[in-house]
Amino acid sequence: MDSATSEPTADAGRPSGVSTPNTGTPDTGTPDTGTPESGTSESGTSDARTPLEASADNGLKIVIVGGFGVGKTTMIHSVSEIRPLSTEETITGAGGTVDDVSAVPGKSRTTVAFDFGRITLSARTVLYLFGAPGQERFWYLWDRLFTGALGAVVLVDTRRIDDSWYAIDRLERLGTPFIVARNDFGGPAHTPDQVRDALDLAPHIPLLDCDARSRDSGKRVLITLIEHIKSLYLAEDPQVIERVRAARSPYEAEGAAGTPHAPHTPQDQATAPAQELAR
Amino acid sequence: MSRPGRDDAPDRLYTVTQGRSRSTPGTPFDLVTLVVAECDAVPGMQSEHAAILRLAERPTAVAEVAAELRLPISITKILLSDLLAEGRVSARHPRRAEIAGRPDPDILEQVLVGLRNL
Repeated sequence: MDSATSEPTADAGRPSGVSTPNTGTPDTGTPDTGTPESGTSESGTSDARTPLEASADNGLKIVIVGGFGVGKTTMIHSVSEIRPLSTEETITGAGGTVDDVSAVPGKSRTTVAFDFGRITLSARTVLYLFGAPGQERFWYLWDRLFTGALGAVVLVDTRRIDDSWYAIDRLERLGTPFIVARNDFGGPAHTPDQVRDALDLAPHIPLLDCDARSRDSGKRVLITLIEHIKSLYLAEDPQVIERVRAARSPYEAEGAAGTPHAPHTPQDQATAPAQELAR
Repeated sequence: MSRPGRDDAPDRLYTVTQGRSRSTPGTPFDLVTLVVAECDAVPGMQSEHAAILRLAERPTAVAEVAAELRLPISITKILLSDLLAEGRVSARHPRRAEIAGRPDPDILEQVLVGLRNL
């Protein structure tokens, strides 16, 4: 049934040195953005998990989609109140046309691993951030795992921008609201317009720069996503737009003033919502 | 980091669910459904069930239970539906963040306030 049968100790949590050519490894260990904790084997242990308030009764989801090494787990780590945990889902049967089944002889299932973190928003509301690989097999799981997500952040590495195409295309088809965040890896500078062109990104979809290592930056990405979702909803009612604009200004001021160390251009996220409203 | 479930012996997964590969139809567990234990673990209980009851002394999302147990989400949901059916846990399902296909403005506002206060 499964060739892993012969290694029952593999789930003991010790790094076995055997890596699979798959998505199981979290992408915390990118050379230039690794957090101090990345690569430790203890993430996911119980003592890292602060309990929720007993009154917590509403879980919300945001999905951060991006290719391997783009900084998904780093971003989750920056904003999460718990060290990112890792879990997985298997695809069997119905997902049988999925790519890597044929690549692993005798294996009848395939696995998508994802990391997640948590932000307590209020006594009752908890936001979960899931980092998800953008490859094809992941999308077979979207319906099972991520329906009902508030929205998605597509995390982009401009050195490997093609990786993001597929994710953007899928999210558009799913009708899931999303924004694009460009993680700064210090590569060659592209203007926002160049990135938009390269991604074939619709003008109303916010594109902003971020530093996945920075809590303020990650927070700003999430706020931009929620503002975007809000504007999609409210854009249909012109009378409300003025109120949105008024409500948005404090955030813009805050965004421009915060995070001096983050190599972002504040005007990016300030102009994106304005473009939406102009449409 | 370990990859829960992935390298587990399949017979372990088979055993913990007594051979079932999907949860009861209509079991509405979401990844972020918060599970709360309604009783203590008792001797003789299946160890995974006992582990869930200990974890869920405070509200715990399905995804967290799966990560802590190092089991795939689908297997975790089977275990949770057993416990739910026996009344040993209760489930706090996410409130619909959408109304008629549109995001619920109240929930969005709550999220914004919460994020800004981070």
